[in-house]
Amino acid sequence: MTLTRRKVLALGAGGLALAGLGLPAWAAETTEEAIASFTGGAEMGEGLLTLTTPEIAENGNTVPVEVSAEGAASIMLLATGNPLPNVATFNFGPLAGARHGSTRIRLAGTQEVMAIARMEDGTFQKASATVKVTIGGCGG
Amino acid sequence: MAKGVKPRVRVPKKAAAGEIITIKTLISHTMESGQRKDADGNIIPRSIINRFTCDFNGQNVIDVTIEPAVSTNPFFEFEAKVPESGEFKFTWYDDDGSVYETSKPITVG
Repeated sequence: MTLTRRKVLALGAGGLALAGLGLPAWAAETTEEAIASFTGGAEMGEGLLTLTTPEIAENGNTVPVEVSAEGAASIMLLATGNPLPNVATFNFGPLAGARHGSTRIRLAGTQEVMAIARMEDGTFQKASATVKVTIGGCGG
Repeated sequence: MAKGVKPRVRVPKKAAAGEIITIKTLISHTMESGQRKDADGNIIPRSIINRFTCDFNGQNVIDVTIEPAVSTNPFFEFEAKVPESGEFKFTWYDDDGSVYETSKPITVG
């Protein structure tokens, strides 16, 4: 087999896409769709949103996660490696004491957990963290 | 209605006016994700709590949209501002249409 210039370029582009996203190909689209439906395709900044997860979760059935962002109107949580990437969305009301919430989630395997906050001024912030999962939490 | 659903909520009994308090809630629920299969390979249908809200004297504190990726016995911790004495009302909405409610009073003083 001869390596043409076209083939080399195609291989390189494919490899970059995989390395860049760090996601299985089948999950990429649905995660992107989930993000798009939340942000409407707006640019996302970083730094104002804090996502706290354990580095290693022994049991993927119940992984504690915490999100907090000063001035957020709502925060969406995504598990990019789950069969369904949506996890939960916190919408803060007028009496929310702090823009902070914590819950426990299921993770199918080692993956990137992502949080996106819609701020009160209409801008978006994101944060992500990788969680190593020893036992997956989606049955099967 | 799913069986054995029991909400548990922890709210301080007293607070100073305008104080920010931490609330912890837990409700016993299997949160069947719709992804699992039974012994015969049939998919077990989804049955989860899809929304949780907390209100104080009619004003919203938090409204959470829940997807199947939230664990069995969903737990939530969040902060609320307490401007006056009153009652926190917690509501969970099940996929099957059931609504589970509980409330906790708090005194400012």
